[in-house]
Amino acid sequence: MPLDIYLNVAVSGLLTGLVYGLMALGLSVIFGVVRVVNFAHGEMMTIAMYLAILAFATLGLDPLVMMVPIAGVLFALGYVMQAGMINPFINRPEHAQFILLVAVAIIMVNVLLLIFGPDARNVQTGYSFDSFAFGRIIVDATKVYAGAAAIVVAAALFAFFRFSFVGKAIRACADNYTGALVVGLDVKRLYALTFGLGAACVGAAGSMLVLIIDVTPALGPAYTLLAFVIVITGGLGSMGGALLGGVLIGVTEAMAGLLFTPSAKSMFAFAILVLVLLFRPQGLMGKRAS
Amino acid sequence: MRELLAGVPGRGLALIAALLAGLLAAPFFANDYLITVLILILYFAYAGQAWNIMMGFAGQLSLGHALYVGLGAYTTAALYVHFGVAPWIGLLAALPIAMTAGAIIGFLAFRFGVAGVYFAILTIAFAEFARIGFDHLSYVGGSGGFFLPVAQYAENDLWNLRGKPVMFYYLMLALTVAAFLVCHALLRSRIGYYWLAIREDEEAARALGIDTFRYKMLAVVISAGMTSLAGVFFAFYYNNLFPEQVFHISRSIELILAPIIGGIGTLFGPILGAFLLTGLSEGVTESLHALGFEIPGAKQVFYGICLLVVVMALPDGIWPWLARRLGLERRS
Repeated sequence: MPLDIYLNVAVSGLLTGLVYGLMALGLSVIFGVVRVVNFAHGEMMTIAMYLAILAFATLGLDPLVMMVPIAGVLFALGYVMQAGMINPFINRPEHAQFILLVAVAIIMVNVLLLIFGPDARNVQTGYSFDSFAFGRIIVDATKVYAGAAAIVVAAALFAFFRFSFVGKAIRACADNYTGALVVGLDVKRLYALTFGLGAACVGAAGSMLVLIIDVTPALGPAYTLLAFVIVITGGLGSMGGALLGGVLIGVTEAMAGLLFTPSAKSMFAFAILVLVLLFRPQGLMGKRAS
Repeated sequence: MRELLAGVPGRGLALIAALLAGLLAAPFFANDYLITVLILILYFAYAGQAWNIMMGFAGQLSLGHALYVGLGAYTTAALYVHFGVAPWIGLLAALPIAMTAGAIIGFLAFRFGVAGVYFAILTIAFAEFARIGFDHLSYVGGSGGFFLPVAQYAENDLWNLRGKPVMFYYLMLALTVAAFLVCHALLRSRIGYYWLAIREDEEAARALGIDTFRYKMLAVVISAGMTSLAGVFFAFYYNNLFPEQVFHISRSIELILAPIIGGIGTLFGPILGAFLLTGLSEGVTESLHALGFEIPGAKQVFYGICLLVVVMALPDGIWPWLARRLGLERRS
């Protein structure tokens, strides 16, 4: 029954893709508002993953429970990074911002390496080997939980930007920097909040991802790239686009791993990126830049 | 010659002459270790200058220059191993291949209006694509690596690039000096002025009648070709090539740190940056080693912190600041 296999792989790719999407959502939110490309995005996610592993190994706390406090820690990290380091770089050229965040990324990867060593780690929860059967489709319980949690967090973020006062203020900064200053918004603080929120998304995504994959310190750059691919495919600055891009890349990678060879799967992700950049540079759901 | 020296202060000339003399004489008193470090410095100085043409002069940020290094390295190495073609002949294939790759990326990006961050990520995408592609290309060893035959060499064979480190040192020195002269000449030519105009304000440059597409393409192609030459050197000096190492994004970043730290768009910045960064990195390794403190990652953390400090304190890089201090600013 080959069709079953394809369906199974597609569903599992879709669920993983939702977590990818949440990670990319963080990048998209940061870029959409602060206009800085966070080159340390994947590295921040590995920090979250190690926090989840640490909590599980020492206190036996489930990563899905730890998701909230870890998101909080990453929020603080993001806030401090933006307020202390990146705000002075807002009006500097792109390459200066790039090198700043690359330096931060190098430090993060290697501090993790210093603390945890180069070996791959993971968590073995009570439900690590459970699975759900939906008709003929069988999916890992971890992926179902992770995918559902990603949707919940993303929905919360949508609601925040749509309905809360601070969320609206942040969108105002993104739409019109000068206008936001004129009406008296504290743009620097809102930028720091935004970076914190983006980092919190990554923190939540990282806590979910430890259920699905093993983590090593060297994982960071690959996930930074993956987040770029997803966000550009979906449309930089578009929140729905990030989730859509995540799902698209997740399914593509899973199918490529099945049909070709798992080691070549990211080639297909990059191929999608190149096609999108050429034929729809604003991304699938992005608005055309003026 | 007069053309070449016009506008350069006497002190600057003296400094360049002293540096060049020191580098030429280095093999007579430096030990093997120091020669290895100097080769690394010159390698980064050369590749940094090549990248600087694209970013520093024409303002196009490429984060995928490892692609051109890898294409140059793999092309000449494959021709040498499979057909016994000498690297200097192999270069006749490697240069066009790298330049074509650059032209394709440039054409796609500039025709479709992909610019800024998007352009940078497109260059990463192509390099990553090549990395995974070469991982599965069994003709050149795939992910298991591609190796050039190594032996103890009694004599230096410059034609086949087989020999001792000193030969590679002088080769790299020659390349670095040549790149410096090429950059100097380019910057003072019509093309150079067009590039600077495009870098500063592309719309204005186009309004003045500059064919921006053509000159941006030219920058990418020249930069790609020069970078592939660094790849040829890389292949024959290290004798082994792994896609995971050659094409990896961290290689691309490594290549561009020197010009950024030294000073983007300056002639001397990439060279100064290469000296400082490689010197710093080796110095840290040595001193940690001397202290019996060998933990993986410690060196890179320190390196990252230094990078952070420089980029926060000196936004334009070190060379412009140093040049002001030394009174070496160009008289124009």
